[in-house]
Amino acid sequence: MPMIYVDGQEIVVKQGENILEACLNAGLDLPYFCWHPAMGSIGSCRQCALVQYQNEEDTRGRIVMGCMTQVSEGARFSLKAENATQFRKAVVESLMLNHPHDCPVCAEGGECHLQDMTVMVGHRDRRYTGKKNTYRNQYLGPLIEHEMNRCIACYRCERYYRDYAGGKDLGAQASHDHLYFGRHEEGVLESEFSGNLVEVCPTGVFTDKPFLKQYSRKWDLQSAPSICQGCAVGCNIAPGERYGKVKRVHNRYNDEVNGYFLCDRGRFGSGYLNSDLRLDYAGIKNPDGSFFAVHQQQALDTAVEWMAGKKVAAIGSPRASLEANYLLRELVGSKNFAPGFSDQEADLIGSIVNILQTTKSINPSIKQIETADAVLILGEDVTNTAPRVALALRQSVRNKAFELAEQMGLPPWQDAAIRNLAQDQRSPMTVVSAMDTRLDDVASTCVSLAPDDIAAFGHAVAAALAGETTDNTEADAAAQMLKAAKNPLIVSGSSMAHQGIINSAAAVADALNQATTMLSFCVPECNSLGLALMVADGSSSSLKALAKRAAKLDALIVLENDLYRRGDKELIDQLLASGTKVITLDMYENDTLDQSDLVMAAASYAESQGTLVSSEGRAQRFYPVHSPAAERLPSWQWLLRLAKITGHKKLAKLENFDQIVVACAKSSPLFAGLVDVAPLNNFRDRGSKIPRQTHRYSGRTAMNSDVSVHEPQQPKDHESPLSYSMEGLNRDQPASLIPFVWAPGWNSNQSLQKFQSEVDGPLKGGSSGVRLISSSQTGAEISPQVGKIILKPHQWHLVPMEQIHGSDELSSHTDEIAELAGRGFVAIGRKVAEKLAVTEGDGLLVKQGEIECSLEVRILSRVAKNCIGYSAGYSETQGLTAGSLVGLEVDKAWRRSGPEMIASDKAAFEQVIGGGGASNV
Amino acid sequence: MLSELRTMWEVLKHTFTKAETVQYPEEMPYLSPRYRGRIVLTRDPDGEERCVACNLCAAVCPVDCIALQKDTREDGTWYPEFFRINFSRCIMCGMCEEACPTYAIQLTPDFEMCEYDRQNMVYEKEHLLINGVGKYPDYNFYRVSGMKTATKDKGEALNEARPIDTKSLLS
Repeated sequence: MPMIYVDGQEIVVKQGENILEACLNAGLDLPYFCWHPAMGSIGSCRQCALVQYQNEEDTRGRIVMGCMTQVSEGARFSLKAENATQFRKAVVESLMLNHPHDCPVCAEGGECHLQDMTVMVGHRDRRYTGKKNTYRNQYLGPLIEHEMNRCIACYRCERYYRDYAGGKDLGAQASHDHLYFGRHEEGVLESEFSGNLVEVCPTGVFTDKPFLKQYSRKWDLQSAPSICQGCAVGCNIAPGERYGKVKRVHNRYNDEVNGYFLCDRGRFGSGYLNSDLRLDYAGIKNPDGSFFAVHQQQALDTAVEWMAGKKVAAIGSPRASLEANYLLRELVGSKNFAPGFSDQEADLIGSIVNILQTTKSINPSIKQIETADAVLILGEDVTNTAPRVALALRQSVRNKAFELAEQMGLPPWQDAAIRNLAQDQRSPMTVVSAMDTRLDDVASTCVSLAPDDIAAFGHAVAAALAGETTDNTEADAAAQMLKAAKNPLIVSGSSMAHQGIINSAAAVADALNQATTMLSFCVPECNSLGLALMVADGSSSSLKALAKRAAKLDALIVLENDLYRRGDKELIDQLLASGTKVITLDMYENDTLDQSDLVMAAASYAESQGTLVSSEGRAQRFYPVHSPAAERLPSWQWLLRLAKITGHKKLAKLENFDQIVVACAKSSPLFAGLVDVAPLNNFRDRGSKIPRQTHRYSGRTAMNSDVSVHEPQQPKDHESPLSYSMEGLNRDQPASLIPFVWAPGWNSNQSLQKFQSEVDGPLKGGSSGVRLISSSQTGAEISPQVGKIILKPHQWHLVPMEQIHGSDELSSHTDEIAELAGRGFVAIGRKVAEKLAVTEGDGLLVKQGEIECSLEVRILSRVAKNCIGYSAGYSETQGLTAGSLVGLEVDKAWRRSGPEMIASDKAAFEQVIGGGGASNV
Repeated sequence: MLSELRTMWEVLKHTFTKAETVQYPEEMPYLSPRYRGRIVLTRDPDGEERCVACNLCAAVCPVDCIALQKDTREDGTWYPEFFRINFSRCIMCGMCEEACPTYAIQLTPDFEMCEYDRQNMVYEKEHLLINGVGKYPDYNFYRVSGMKTATKDKGEALNEARPIDTKSLLS
């Protein structure tokens, strides 16, 4: 490792890194703007200037840009040299020439990288007396607010949005000091990852619009380390709360999982936490169907009365924590416990778990996915089912560019040079799907096949890899592609609800028989895999089996699960309405709750703690951001109290969360790793708990003084090593316990580098989470049989299309997400549309047996023969079953939604109604 | 011995000096406009609330006795949905006034704010807001700041050029 000198100090640096990274790794504060650890250097902002000397005798040196200068043995630099400090100060001064003097009304204020850097270089007084440039802002959709006046032209937004996330509709316009970053005309940003602009922009050009509506400064937010509940990827998040409301969600760095970025569902999809549908109190049903609120104890007593000595069954939930599911299963016994999957889902996820435990390939983390140099995607639209994985797949196709760069001796951070070198050359990616996917633009080959044919395609690839001859040239090509790769990756999942596809993916991975082969599955919900692991021993029941026994049951407990989303209405009605007392624990009103006799108000993920298992098999802990409001209780506490009152032999002995975790870990060898997921609640950092509040948390003696001037004691957290306080240190603790990032002089999220062991490396406290699944390497046992459905005339194969906005149960209760989700739709090909004489926005009736859904038409560019898609998980499409055969008919009663407005019309419209922006319309 | 005598002498000397005691409240002492007493929220010269809910006063307050929540007007400008000062905690240090970027929060020479009930020391926005500009008659934050408001378009703030047309070839 080379040694360099910075201001006379010897620093050991990594071969090939640049001097900016070296300085940051050494703990030196070198200001920067355009450099980003995930996006490399382009040297556009000129901020990280420092002086390089030729040799020991050289006293003058020359100014170089830190991010563009590679370290070399014995190189001499100075940060503190007079000309370097003057240069950096002058750069900030020039960037501030046009800055609009609006920090007090800027949502970035207090966590602004530009503020930090301005203070760091010592610029204070404005000398320029000329006029400031101004720009008009654009409406960019319900998620992102635009204020172009604040721009410092660092190009980070464009490099992130276009180069990193693959967006097409945001870019740089005009030139010199008229540079503008926006869309060609106003409109909703198309990328599913647009929210990261908020964190990528070093100033306040792009800010979080939903957060702006209920804004609090960063220093006023109470945060906790948490895990996103939006899908099964398990991204680490840090939600911030004030005045009892979760106000925003920020990224929480985990080098092996989400790194620096989240998807828009994860970032903006927590608005439902503040929704009116949330329950505050437990309730017992009146004869007229309404509920009357009761105290916690009364609810528990009623439940015990219904349960004691009777036949009780329970249904768990893939969106509840492992601990709550475990307690519920123990409470009623395995035989009386159904995991709460739909029966189809149970089979699919069960087989995924089975494959992951036996496959010869690696189940990769997102970081490993980024290293793939050939990707085969079978049946999954990853951007909609596991968005963060799709962002990683977009990086994986760049490995060709990095390979070329290595041949040329270019370091990987030379971003512009590498992009120039590679042009459009990408690592190969083959997408096999029934219709358009959002990764088609980076795929080298797209194949459109019906679900059964996708499975057959997979098996053909496996056969070709095994050396057999196939008559499928596309499958042969895919096999060649995988064979030639160093780190081949196969991605599939459960979203097509097709067992054959999952099996064929496993067959391909095992046929490759290579130690570096990766096999990744997308599963639907945040704890789907955890729950599937829990019931992997096969002793549990299923929804169908419970429904058969429903008449004999005295009571049924439903844990955080809207069963009407899991099975057809008939089955669930049978389960809930047959004289059984139904006890439901949930956090918001839904159809299942309406059918219950007793409701217990459950706390949300932001009010409770628990463990989730991601699709990677990684168990991760989330912690409460604030203590539960009103009479809500975390589900695990409801169930533990219930167990204590009923005197359950095993559970009554458990006293706290940690003991539940230990008991759960002992319940199955698969869960042995659970005890190491996060520190126990007696963990102390230098004598104190980790504070959830910043050291400058304001208003403590006035926040509640409208109620009473006598200040209440801060809530106590007896279950976790975090406290609802500003006392304690937020430094060097284990990675799973970092509630927010801040370092002296670094108020923005760029302070993250002070928590990393090295730039872009793991956190100082390690990577968080424990991987529970290890494979026996024996190869997955799968049956290669693929059925073939014969279609009658005028029949269509119904293919589910998961949507990032709208398909998820919880996030779709967020206003902004609901706006983006739009109406439920049916997706057809161009030819079919011509045949039926419909255009985009018209209505079609989808007929599946007796169910008839009236849906909006969307027209796709590629669709497999005889297939139509539908928006899965929408209320309009409830009842439609994936893979069923349906009829199509033009809906004559359909009314098109209002014409889409183009930007110029919208401006005129706003003038008429006198609103400030479209968000007010 | 000498020390005791000297002390008695020093004390007795004061028998003949003029008393400093003021007959308050009959006789009011002079307090300069810069005196740090009861806090008010002022309005700008156009009669609008000056406070933009930036939270700097709350952040700087050493006893954390200011709490507020930002809200947005229809034209996008910021204002406090509620603004609360718990005067039973306030130490009249004046840091909030120093921190305020819009001259909204100001301290006045009024210190007579005793209450029998401490709860009455909690002042909400309606108690704090006055119909005047206070010590700074001319300042209006939104005239200086680049943000677009109902009465001021982009480019119309102090020292601002007209908005750039990015689609013009001549720019």
